[in-house]
Amino acid sequence: MVAYIKGIGIVSPQKTFNTKTFLTEIVEHTTNSLRCIEPYYPEFINPVLARRMSRTIKMGIAAAMVSLRDAKVEMPDAIITGTALGCWEDTEKFLVAMIENSEQLLTPTAFMQSTHNTVSSQIALLLKCMNYNFTYVNKGFSFESAVLDAMMMLGDSDAKNILVGAHDEMTEKYFNITKRVGFWKEEAVATSDVLRSTTNGSVSGEGAAFFVLGKEKGEDDYAQLRSLKMIFEPESEYEVEEKINELLSENGLKCADIDVVVYGKSGDVRYDKIYNHLEDALFKNSASVSFKPLCGEYQTSSSFALWEAAMMLKTQTIPTAIQVNKQPKSEIKNVLIYNHFMNTYHTAFLLSQC
Amino acid sequence: MEALIEQLKQEIIEQLNLDGLKTEDINPDTPLFGEGLGLDSIDALELIVLLDKNYGLKILNPADGKKIFQSVRSMAEFISENKK
Amino acid sequence: MSQKIYVTGIGIISAIGDNVEQTLDSLTRGKTGIGELELIDTIHKTRIKVGEVKHTNEELIKRVGLPADTKITRTSLLGMIAAKEAMVWAGIKDTNDFRTGIVSATSVGGMAITENNFNDYLNVEKTGDFLDYILTHDCGDSTEVMAKYLHIKDYVSTISTACSSSANSIMLGARLIKNNMVDRVVVGGSDSLSKFTINGFMTLMILDKEQCKPFDKDRKGLNLGEGAGFIVLESERAAAGKEILCELTGYGNSNDAYHQTASSPTGDGAFLAIEKALRLSGLKPKDIDYINAHGTGTEVNDLSEGTAIHRIFGDAVPMISSTKAFTGHTLGACGGIEAVLSVLAIKYNLVFPSLNFTNQMNELKFRPSTVLETEHPINHVLSNSFGFGGNSSALIFSRH
Repeated sequence: MVAYIKGIGIVSPQKTFNTKTFLTEIVEHTTNSLRCIEPYYPEFINPVLARRMSRTIKMGIAAAMVSLRDAKVEMPDAIITGTALGCWEDTEKFLVAMIENSEQLLTPTAFMQSTHNTVSSQIALLLKCMNYNFTYVNKGFSFESAVLDAMMMLGDSDAKNILVGAHDEMTEKYFNITKRVGFWKEEAVATSDVLRSTTNGSVSGEGAAFFVLGKEKGEDDYAQLRSLKMIFEPESEYEVEEKINELLSENGLKCADIDVVVYGKSGDVRYDKIYNHLEDALFKNSASVSFKPLCGEYQTSSSFALWEAAMMLKTQTIPTAIQVNKQPKSEIKNVLIYNHFMNTYHTAFLLSQC
Repeated sequence: MEALIEQLKQEIIEQLNLDGLKTEDINPDTPLFGEGLGLDSIDALELIVLLDKNYGLKILNPADGKKIFQSVRSMAEFISENKK
Repeated sequence: MSQKIYVTGIGIISAIGDNVEQTLDSLTRGKTGIGELELIDTIHKTRIKVGEVKHTNEELIKRVGLPADTKITRTSLLGMIAAKEAMVWAGIKDTNDFRTGIVSATSVGGMAITENNFNDYLNVEKTGDFLDYILTHDCGDSTEVMAKYLHIKDYVSTISTACSSSANSIMLGARLIKNNMVDRVVVGGSDSLSKFTINGFMTLMILDKEQCKPFDKDRKGLNLGEGAGFIVLESERAAAGKEILCELTGYGNSNDAYHQTASSPTGDGAFLAIEKALRLSGLKPKDIDYINAHGTGTEVNDLSEGTAIHRIFGDAVPMISSTKAFTGHTLGACGGIEAVLSVLAIKYNLVFPSLNFTNQMNELKFRPSTVLETEHPINHVLSNSFGFGGNSSALIFSRH
């Protein structure tokens, strides 16, 4: 059930789109809500078709197209997406219009585009891809569910290359609403200060990332994606430790074999403790890196982490911008990603060098 | 009629989010659907709302829209004939 | 890898009944659940007919045994009721006995509450415990609630692919068992009515003002419905010693890749999905005894689906009906609900009538069954679910 990462396309609040560079130039934001740097869409999407598309749809499609080009795959054998909020901008647009106009004179476009599987289906429409097409919408497991499905499918069917991705967007209204339940920091924080923060809440983020996962090893592959685990509502940090150890031993590895751990530290002082615990208890000798200061916190942010992990394995470098403990590594053979969203959805990915 | 056609062109561009287009790019007799402008069934529904919102004209059956939405001119003629 | 997938439990709540027994009773007596909208305040109230579950949220909260002031969505409540019934039927008392998962599906999620509270959420002057509803909006929330209620944690996920959503949950459930991720899984979906959905469908102009007429020449559109349907799938090992209701022998998913909301006139996505399901099951078209069609009653779906059916079955179309004239189109839940009905068809050798049908469509050579059929052995049932975005799914259930 191992998958090879053959292509990646990623739209994020950093300069990650359609480039081979790996965080060589960091955009320093000072905010409590990160927004993506959006690509020039006409290069990827016919403007006539793009007219109906909201940001997340355009970002998702652009990322998907880049990943397919990167992998030199024209037609994927399946398209599988994960998104926690779906096409939220369209949902909000229709909802606000419905409320403000007292249900009169509403138009169909925003409603139609608000269905959660719009990105998966628009990609299929553009490629004329009639193959398997699923969308997962389970909060902090949305992206992981999509990846697990793809990995199972590479093992249990004829599928050779599967397009898997995630997308989530933030709007001003939704930011303000979720701020009321304590998700986000009150104060603006500089990118380089996020992990030093001592306040509650994180910096919100958004993004779209697509990967082409293949069955067969190729010369230009980024990395081997070996396994993943989803841990629903662990009772304690020991349950998380146990599951991580299980993940490693199922793959013939021990903690000492992990060269780099990508942690989902968000700067939210309430929820970052477990990352520190695992660093001390299990991964004292591994290099620790972060990802959320760059992409922000959102339910499918582990897709940004997967990009980071794949790039580290491919380039055999760890960008300064993401280093947490400055542990030097002469060779990066195995990378573990560990992340959680609001302490309910804990996930781990294991990757190795090709 | 010509003034209405020009106004309609602008309203269509706005309603359908046809960002790159200007009114001079739309020929009043070019088919709106199929070839020509290449609009689809969802655009037809949007145009039904446009007629209701801007001109108070209701189309209850989307199938009736086919003739009315053939071109900008046929839309303008429908509006002239039926506007209260 | 190739192993049997057994159905050991079913649970359902919809406009035609609060549980399996009531549902079967309505189906056999030809009693539709489509009628007036009562529980939602909308300007469109008198312009549509719906398949509404005639219980308020307060009544549903009481039924699941939660405190009256629990902040929970209708989608969650309907799902809890149906999923619990399925688990009880399957005799699952301790979820630690075997690795147990849940895959749910929804399109509405918590929107029925969000739409009423949205302005208050945005108004910082307004505070109160209504703020506890904020996080119930997204699609994953109802699954989280169900997972906690049913003590399931080995695999938890949610699918949202419009009207094929819960058929896809069932498909995923089978694959999780075959891939040894879980031993058993509760799969299906739940959707509640909401103003958002009602208004959305009004803008698409595909709602019938009266009761829908699937596959009829003069069909005018669909009736929206709400409800939840779940089944329990188990591996051979986990199901040992249990009553097996039937097997899930085939499934397939495809994309029409034709248009965002309309299916292709040649029914390409539907055709491919049914073909995949047949191939997996090892069955031939002539082996299918009954098709529980997607049959929404819209001009486009019924033509597209009917065309696909002819492409698979030729002129030898088996008995076919759409049960949406009973339940309404329950959107994300319809795959799960209709899976339960397909299982009942096998268990009791029944074909449910396609209500409100009078005149055959010119383009099709088949007529749906209009009466309850009780005299034919029903060994294999094909259940179709086709959604927006071209998402097409087909499931095949077979007698054990």
